Amino acid sequence: MSQPSLFASVTWTVSRLTQHIRTLLESDLVLQDVWVQGEISNLGRPASGHIYFTLKDAGASLRGVMWKGDARRLILPLQDGMEIEAHGRIGVYEPQGQYQFYADIIRPMGEGVLYQEFLRLKAMLEAEGLFDAERKRPIPELPRKIGIVTSATGAALRDMLDTLRRRLPLVEVILAPSPVQGDEAPPRLISALEALNQLEPDVILLARGGGSIEDLWAFNDERVVRAVAASGVPVISGVGHETDFTLCDFAADLRAPTPTAAAELATPITVIDLSAYLQGINTRLAASTLSLLAAQRNGLDASAARLRFSSPLRRIQTDRQRLDEFARRGMSALKHRVALDGSRLQGFERRLEALNPLAVLGRGYAVVTRQADGKLVSRVSQAKSGDILRVRVSDGEFGATVSQDKES
Amino acid sequence: MAKSSSPKPVEELTYEEAFAELETIVNTLEGEQKPLEEAMSLFERGQALVKRCSELLDGAELKVRKLSGDALADFEGEE
Repeated sequence: MSQPSLFASVTWTVSRLTQHIRTLLESDLVLQDVWVQGEISNLGRPASGHIYFTLKDAGASLRGVMWKGDARRLILPLQDGMEIEAHGRIGVYEPQGQYQFYADIIRPMGEGVLYQEFLRLKAMLEAEGLFDAERKRPIPELPRKIGIVTSATGAALRDMLDTLRRRLPLVEVILAPSPVQGDEAPPRLISALEALNQLEPDVILLARGGGSIEDLWAFNDERVVRAVAASGVPVISGVGHETDFTLCDFAADLRAPTPTAAAELATPITVIDLSAYLQGINTRLAASTLSLLAAQRNGLDASAARLRFSSPLRRIQTDRQRLDEFARRGMSALKHRVALDGSRLQGFERRLEALNPLAVLGRGYAVVTRQADGKLVSRVSQAKSGDILRVRVSDGEFGATVSQDKES
Repeated sequence: MAKSSSPKPVEELTYEEAFAELETIVNTLEGEQKPLEEAMSLFERGQALVKRCSELLDGAELKVRKLSGDALADFEGEE
């Protein structure tokens, strides 16, 4: 054993050393582009969508990870104990000081024949345009009738019905039951699709729970795939788990990762959305009617004001006022007239007074009448001796007797 | 708007029918100056439709039927 020198020329940090190892491994061309074969164990699928696993054989084990983006392209579900071959690169996970395998392709061993057949069929149908994006039809937002093709006894059906019941119990479901695996599955799936098409639902869910590649194989059957593409009603496929892809998924108008997700995608609008929308429209109904009523009320108020303005009552008030005015003016004219007449009357009185014949009596004149016949005596010849006369002076009258006839 | 002739009683309308008519009514009330009497009867009809829709939403139960041969039968659950 050589003794380490007491004062090292350079002391590295852990990070620096780990980085150095990483650089060494990641600069190796073989390790950066390698196929490796082994058995999967410790398979983990957290919610992140990444897949963690250990690859092992009799003599060694290798930690591995497949990122979500690559995992989405997995055609078959991974399971513990599965023999696979994988492509990827070796890298270092520095926090744990671990080297690991970053896989971008994983494919099962021993299922190579099925897998090759899958690829062949997929390429052929793809070339025919069966999977073209332009062929995809939109899924109705608010379906009334939903067709389901699946096993009448599977958990997939229960999951879908539970989901529909929760999200949109208004829909009517028509189940066209069919075996979903085995030799009889393809023709039965096809006739179920065709029978449902006759009933014209708004959308068809084609679904099956998870299983092995053999279990799901009916959904890779060319006849079934063509029937899905030929359906007059939009089809949502929900076969297996999130990582399972079947050719039906490619032919369907929409692929759902699971049966439950298929039921969700078939009901983008839920009863909760409908309730909220109904609430909104109810508010609009009330608001529009209230504003209409308010407008009517305004119009009514304006009319009422105009009505009051032209009311007979108002006319009467006006007339009364005018009447008062006339009365006042009439009275004043009358008073004036009376005053005028009064002064004229006084004038007449004075003039009349001046003409009164009795007025001269005051100046010493007297009026003489005969007592016998009351005739005025204005000439000598009218008085004979012995006649009794009445003599009127200014303050009364007295009697007198004629003593002598006429003086000559 | 071919409804004015003789509107169906709201109790006979499906959710979709009731909702479609409701939307038409609200759009009419918001968009046009209707005579008061007509507007009020539209409003009352609208209220009845809202009630009908709410009841249908609250009381809806998923109806599942199974296709066997050419016939449709009520589907109760797993067999």
